[in-house]
Formats: sequence, C-alpha cells, structure tokens
Amino acid sequence: MSREQQAVALARKAFETGRSKPLEYRIYQLKSLQRLFIERQKDVSDAIKKDLNKSEVGTQLYETLGLEGEISLAIRKLKDWAAPRPVEKNLLTISDTVYIQPEPLGVVLIIGAWNYPWAVTIQPLIGAIAAGNAAVVKPSEVCVHTAKVMEELLPLYIDKELYPVVTGGVPETQELLRQRFDHIFYTGNSMVGKVIMEAAAKNLTPVTLELGGKSPCYIDKDCDISVACRRVAWGKYTNCGQTCIAPDYILCEPSIQNRVIEEVKKAIKEFYTDDPKTCPDYGRIINQRHFKRIMAMLEDSTIAVGGENDESDCYIAPTVLRDVKPEAKVMQEEIFGPLLPILTIGSLDEAIKFVNKREKPLALYIFSQDNKVINKMRDETSSGGLLANDCLVHYSVSSLPFGGVGNSGMGCYHGKFSFDQLSHLRACLIKQLKMEGVNSMRYPPHTPKKLGWARFFILKTVDLGWLGRMALLAIMVVAAAVVLQNYLL
Amino acid sequence: MRGERCCSEDFQHKLQLFSAADLQNMSSPPSPSPARWFRALRRTRLGEPCLKTYPLECVDVLKRARVAFRAGRTLKEGFRLAQLEAVVQMLEEHECDFVDALGRDLHKPRFETVVSELILVKNEALHAINNLRKWMQPQHVERNLSTSLDECLVVSEPLGVVLIVGTWCSPVQMCLVPLVGAIAAGNCAIISPSECTAHTAELLHRLIPFYLDNECFHVIIAGSNDLPEVVELKFDHVFFTGNGEEGSRIAQAAARTLTPVTLILGGKNPCYVDKQCDISTTAPRIAWARFHNAGQSLAAPGYILCHTDVKARLVQALKCCLLQFYGSDPRESRSYGRMVNLELFNRTRDMLWRSGKVTVGGQVIEAEKYIAPTILTEVAEQDPIMQQDFFGPVLPVLTVNDVDEAIDFINKQEKPLCVYAYSSNSKVISRLMTETSSGSFCANDSIVQSLMVALPFGGVGASGMGSYHGRHSFDTFSHRKSCLLRSTRFECVTYLRYPPYEDRNLSLMTWASTLSQKSQGWCQIL
Repeated sequence: MSREQQAVALARKAFETGRSKPLEYRIYQLKSLQRLFIERQKDVSDAIKKDLNKSEVGTQLYETLGLEGEISLAIRKLKDWAAPRPVEKNLLTISDTVYIQPEPLGVVLIIGAWNYPWAVTIQPLIGAIAAGNAAVVKPSEVCVHTAKVMEELLPLYIDKELYPVVTGGVPETQELLRQRFDHIFYTGNSMVGKVIMEAAAKNLTPVTLELGGKSPCYIDKDCDISVACRRVAWGKYTNCGQTCIAPDYILCEPSIQNRVIEEVKKAIKEFYTDDPKTCPDYGRIINQRHFKRIMAMLEDSTIAVGGENDESDCYIAPTVLRDVKPEAKVMQEEIFGPLLPILTIGSLDEAIKFVNKREKPLALYIFSQDNKVINKMRDETSSGGLLANDCLVHYSVSSLPFGGVGNSGMGCYHGKFSFDQLSHLRACLIKQLKMEGVNSMRYPPHTPKKLGWARFFILKTVDLGWLGRMALLAIMVVAAAVVLQNYLL
Repeated sequence: MRGERCCSEDFQHKLQLFSAADLQNMSSPPSPSPARWFRALRRTRLGEPCLKTYPLECVDVLKRARVAFRAGRTLKEGFRLAQLEAVVQMLEEHECDFVDALGRDLHKPRFETVVSELILVKNEALHAINNLRKWMQPQHVERNLSTSLDECLVVSEPLGVVLIVGTWCSPVQMCLVPLVGAIAAGNCAIISPSECTAHTAELLHRLIPFYLDNECFHVIIAGSNDLPEVVELKFDHVFFTGNGEEGSRIAQAAARTLTPVTLILGGKNPCYVDKQCDISTTAPRIAWARFHNAGQSLAAPGYILCHTDVKARLVQALKCCLLQFYGSDPRESRSYGRMVNLELFNRTRDMLWRSGKVTVGGQVIEAEKYIAPTILTEVAEQDPIMQQDFFGPVLPVLTVNDVDEAIDFINKQEKPLCVYAYSSNSKVISRLMTETSSGSFCANDSIVQSLMVALPFGGVGASGMGSYHGRHSFDTFSHRKSCLLRSTRFECVTYLRYPPYEDRNLSLMTWASTLSQKSQGWCQIL
C-alpha cells in the first residue's frame, strides 16, 4: 500500500470510530489548532519568509490573524451551526417533526495553494474539523519550507490519524486522487481544477473549487482617485501580486489614465520606498518558472512605472503598463504578478461589455462615488464577489460567502459557509404511527373523492402567522361581545 | 374516448390561448403557424413519439438560449412570475393529456399522475410564485466592527443557461420541478425528458413552446449515450436525475468544462422495521411506497430489514394490504402500473427469479410488461437483487436480530437516497438516524419527505450531490454573489493596513482584533 493509500485508509478508519462526531471533540481540536498559531508563530513566519520573502508582520496580517479569527468564530458558533434546523410544515405534516440535520460527510481532501499557504489550506481544514469530518491535508509542494513545517507541526497539535498531512508533488497528488473521498476542496488554477473535478467525478465525489481569473477593476472618473489608487496599489502589490483576488487590470477612461498612473506611482513609493528591492515588506515571485512567465507578458506593452527585474532573486518591481490593448499578451491569462495593465474604455457601458465578454472572474472591483454606477455594475455583470471602493477586504468578512462562479470556481466558504460546504444537510421527517385516517386517502383503490382530499391537503399551505392573527381576532371579538353583554346591557 | 374528447376541447381552448399568448408579448419567433398546429395535433392523435435530438442540433438550441439570456429578459421579476404562472396553466389545462401520456408510458393510474406528478409541480410553482420576491431580495449579512459603516450583502444571480435531464420513473415531476427552480432563479433552461417515456417526452416537447418563452426555454430529447457530448457543449449548470453509472459519466463530462452539477441518483433505500411497532399501520405505508408506480420510484424503500420476531406478521400484513389495494388480480386493477420498457422488465424478472423465495405474487406477463406485486423472503446479501440497483414491484425482506445488526448492514452499503425506520420507540429511531447517513431520513413513513417543499431532496455519496425542492431549487440554480460596498472616506482608519509594516501597526491591529473577538467576531481594520 502506498503512503497516500495508507493515510487515507487510516483517516477513514478513524472517522468510522465516530470520535470526530461529538461537538466537544471538534472544539478540542479547534482549540489545539489555535494554540499552534500562538505558540509556533515564529516557525510559521520563518518558513514563509524563505518561500515568499514575506516579513513576519506581513505573515501575521495576511495569514494567521485571519485563521485565528475563523477558529474563534467556529468554536463560539459550533453549537448553533450543528443543531437541527427546523423548517416550515404543511397541513399534512402539522403533527410531525420536520427539520434539516447537518452531518459530517466523511473523509475530505484539502489541496492547498502556495500563495497564502496557511490561509488557503487551514481555512478549509477549520470547516472540515467543525463539520466533524476527517481531512487529508495536501499542502502545495511549490512552497517547500511551509509544506515541511505543516507536516511537522500539525500532527503535534491535532489528531494525526483524523487529519494526516501528505506532502508531495504531482505523482503523490495523482495517487491521492485515485483514492475515494467524500469531498475534495481545491484551491489553485482552472487547468488543474478540471483534472481534479474529473477524477472526483469518477467516484461521484462533490468538489469545491477556488480558482482564479482576471479580476477587473473599474475606476470611475468621478471618484477620489488618490484614495482609489492607493487601495488598488495595496491590493495589487501585496504578496507581489500573487493573490487570487488581486485586481488584475484597470479599466478607466483615457482622461484619467495619467492621473491614475501618477497616484499609483506615489502609493508604490509610500509603501515600498524608492527601491522596493531592498524593502523588507515587498515580496518575491515564488519561483523561476513563474518569473519567466510574468516577464514574457511585458513584451508587447508600454511600461509606465517600474519594469526593473532580477532573475536570480525572482524580483520584479511594482510595474504599471499603459494603453494596453485587449489582444496584448498580458491580457490573455491571469497575471498573478506585480504587473498592473491599464486599459482605456469610453464609458461604463463599454466596461460592462468588456467584462461580460470574458470569463466570470473571482472578484470584481469598482471605484465610484455614485451609487447608480455601482448598482449598474453589480446588476449587469457576474463574478464570485463584488467589492466597491476597496480591494481584497471582502475576503475577511466571515459572514460573506467567498467563492467563484463559472470558470472562477464552484462552492464557497468562510465562516458558517465552510461548515455547510463540508457537511451533508440531511432532510429528516419524524412521523408517528397514528392518524392513519389522513394517510388512507393516498392508498389504492383510487377514487375521485380521495383525489379531492389530496388536492386540498397538499395545495393548501399553512400560514401559521395568519392563523394566529385570525385566532387573535376571534378571541378579541368574543371578548368584546362578552364585555358588551355584561357591562352595557 | 375521453382522451380524444379532451384533445378536441383542448384544441378550441388553445386557439383562444393563441391570442392570449400574443398579448403576453412572447418573443420571436411568434406563435407557431397553423400548419405546424395541425401537424402537432395529428401527431398526438396518432401517438407518434417525436424524433431524438442529436448533439449537433443542441448547439443551435444552446446558442439561442444564450442570446436570450444575455438580452436580460429572464432577470425581471415580472417575467419569471409570468413563466411560472404559465407552467401552472399548462398543467391545469392539459391534465387529461398528461394522464393519457403517462397512462400509455407507465400504465400510471390517474390518481398517481395527478397527485405525484401534476399537483407536486403545481405546488412547487405556487410556492415559488408566493416567495419569489423574498428570494430575489439581497440578503444583508452580519457586519463586523470595521465594516459597520459599509453595506455587506449577498445577491442571488442567475447562472445562465442550465440543462435539466429528467428520468423516466416520474417523468413530469423530474423535469418540471427543477425547471420551476431554474425559472425562479432567472435562468434560461433546456430540458431533456427521458426517451424511455416517449409519449410524455413528446407531450412536453409539444406543449412547452406554447406556454413558455420560445427563446429562453427549450425541450430536446437526447439519447442517454449522447448526453455526455451535449453536456460538453458548456452549460452553466447541469441537473441530472438517473442512475449512478450515467451520473458519473455526466459528471466527468461536466468536469471537462468546469460545469457545476446536481445529481439525484437512485440506489437501494433501506427500510428497518422494529419489533416494537404497529404492524397494521406500518404495512400499508410500506406497501404503498414500494408498489405505487409499479415500484418505479427513486425514493421507494428498496429492501426491508425486519426484526425476526415480526417478520411473519409483516409479510402477512403486506399480503393483506396488497389484496386491499389491488384486489386478488392486480393485472385487472386500474390502480396498478406496468414496467416502462422490455429491457427493464427483463432485468427485474431475472433478478426476481434468481433471488430468495417468492412468498407473495411473482406472476409476470411479458406482453404487458406486467410484474405482480412481489415479496421475496429468505433473501441473502449476495443475491442479485441485493447486489444491483433495480426498479420494479419487488420487495426483498431480510431479517436481522436487532438494531445494531441493521445499522451495520446499512453502513456496509453505499449511502442511499433515503433511510426509513418504522418503530414506536423513539430511541431506536434516533439511533438509526444518527448512526447512518443518507440523502434524507423518514421515520414511520416513506417517500413523503421527498414531497415536501420545505425539505431539501437530494443524495450524498453514491446517491448524488446537491439538492432541490422549494427554496433549495432556487439556490441550486443561483450564484450567491457577495457584495461589500465601501466608501473612499475614513482613509485615516484604513492606513493601518498599508506598508511599511511596523510592529506598532501589528500590535494595534491585534489589539483591535482581540477587542472585537469578544463581542462580534473577527474584526478587520484592513
């Protein structure tokens, strides 16, 4: 048996013992996970620094702070989330108990990505633990040091049979995909997403895919351009542009293009000083292959800001491209790097048409002070999420579902949505072996009279509110009649 | 004959509807030409099933639906309400035609057609009509400290063009209930009823263009071998009902175009009968659930796990019920159905002959595709009937010594669509519910949980993924887009997140985070 087969078999055996089902056990595991981030913060940050050159503060801000919040939320709300959810009854089921019961799915496979390795690998794990599943965690092999640290640390804090960590590259992932899971959660790109979904489909395994896309950013000419550009620059150059929801390209009218370029240049200087290469807060491209891929995109566009690069260090300066054409190389795939192309369009309608001609993105950004503009963009385009007047932050609001649509993915998570995504919501109807008279109308031999009763019972919905109000009205009328009778006559 | 009279009355009625439809402002092409009318009418009277649609023709249909969706017609609430009302109207005006078609395909009695097919769909449509405005409203979500000045909403958007593939066991319901959800969510839809129930498929193919918008909603009749090719043409969602093997092929085809799927797959639904239970009430409920529609139902109990003490009484009681329901010769009964086609008939008959012992029924008549309501006892786990999926009026009864044995047996099989438990002991019911997993669960009855509009109906594991009915249909065919609307003011607060990062920034942020964790959840002054 291969290592991967063994890990999955052990996880399934552990799940079948039923120890992940009680809420106390799940909360205990979540609390242990919380301790990991408090006690081993240094190990986590060191590994990230070696992989992505992120500063310690940057790591905490973007990776672990969010996770700590999600774990606390899950611990606090688990009882509510896991409780049976009652539903509306009809006349036929008025004396029965009807509800939806969340249940664990079984063994979940979580395949992480390399850009925010802790955030995108551990967040689904929090949902899996909260929902009572076992989970096989497969961190991305591209972030070598972080994968090693995850493999070492996770078994020290959480149940190592229920939540094994399996590291490795493509062959190990393929071996994992040959095993049977009850759900697969994948974060990454759409090419691999299709392969994973097809492998899952052979076993009828549902999937959640968090993929990417080119997230457009529309800057209206009537908006506070300096604030807008500062926010866009922050959204774009954080983690050196390697964020799935980074604003991929800007759409604006030609009259403000120069201003936008100026403001973005100012923001870059403010954040990363005149020489971003020496700035500790500016990251690096993950590896040579991605470096070459991003540099190739510069070929047919005009550089307005930046453009400096150093292959040995995988360094690309924060770069802005101007007057980019839709056919340019940089517009053909998701950039995932610190290049910010600006395309000029004539109006909001043209921008909407431009966005709609392309695949649905993971996020859509719009900067405007006019609510009408924002609402038009919201109603006439489709994307995983929409954010007005800022970038990235919708990721952190745990009451908003985070996920894609169309080519940018399927399914969603964060907060309660993680719990629901990795649970099976089972419909339950508990009846009694009484009141058979009502049931008898459905038994053969069928008569028109029975049909009449069936129509009545099924088509009439019970509006308990209305019934209550009518009952109250009836009581008031009776009370009024009694009062009238006793005191006035 | 009643059928024919219905049709000529319908013809008069349709002519009136013709002008009413004009007023409804239907899209081009406008109402069909009289020649096409007459051809369609002639076809019904002759009962010819219409031709299969091949994948190449589907390309054209899909293109038309996409253009219609992009034009934005399905987005308005008024349009969706009108289409839903048209569905209700179609079912009400053509009740006889549906009864007739299903009678010819499955020998389905009128009662079953009206109740389990037509009324069910009408119920769903009316539920959607009454709740559509509420469902379409953006939902405001809980905000945290940093977003308290912003608007956080979840907006439900249509996905685009969806493909709905029906199955033959409840042909009308399986196509139209998801269609109601798709319409309510604002999508365009292409439905493909099963080619096995040829008359019903042809009826839907003929009627839908007269009631629903011609550009947004289409009916194709794709063969089950062609379906993966059709799916690869790229839809925004595929809704499939059928068996596991076909479901897997469809899911693989959908994966190649990153299309989300909902699969409602059949399987064997276990039904546990405890020693503490009222057999006289249990038996009719089980008998009705298993033998209605001649056993061809996704949610029917697949086999019984009966406590040894009550087995004899249960089988006797079931025998009495069958006598009561269908008389001494079910072949004569108007309330009893037939198998849908010879292939299925042969398969079921073979399984019946090679498994266990026939205790009740067992008569088969090939010419009529008739199989008598049959109960098998002394069935072993290795018998063909327990190893493969089947649809038919055969009920295997296995015995177990206690609840534990029953739970172990159920957990050894694949996760089914439904688990049923009959007992007057609530602890037994509770155990069966918590220690097994299935799409849905019902205690002391069968199938009715799948008819409720408020409960999600769907599978888990090998019985499928996703669910529908009521609000869940609407959610299945929608994309919930999260929207966060901020303003460009209060930049002084947001500056905390910008580089250069200093420990001062982080300690301030951590302090702010811990503060709100105590009150509201993860704060983020980012």
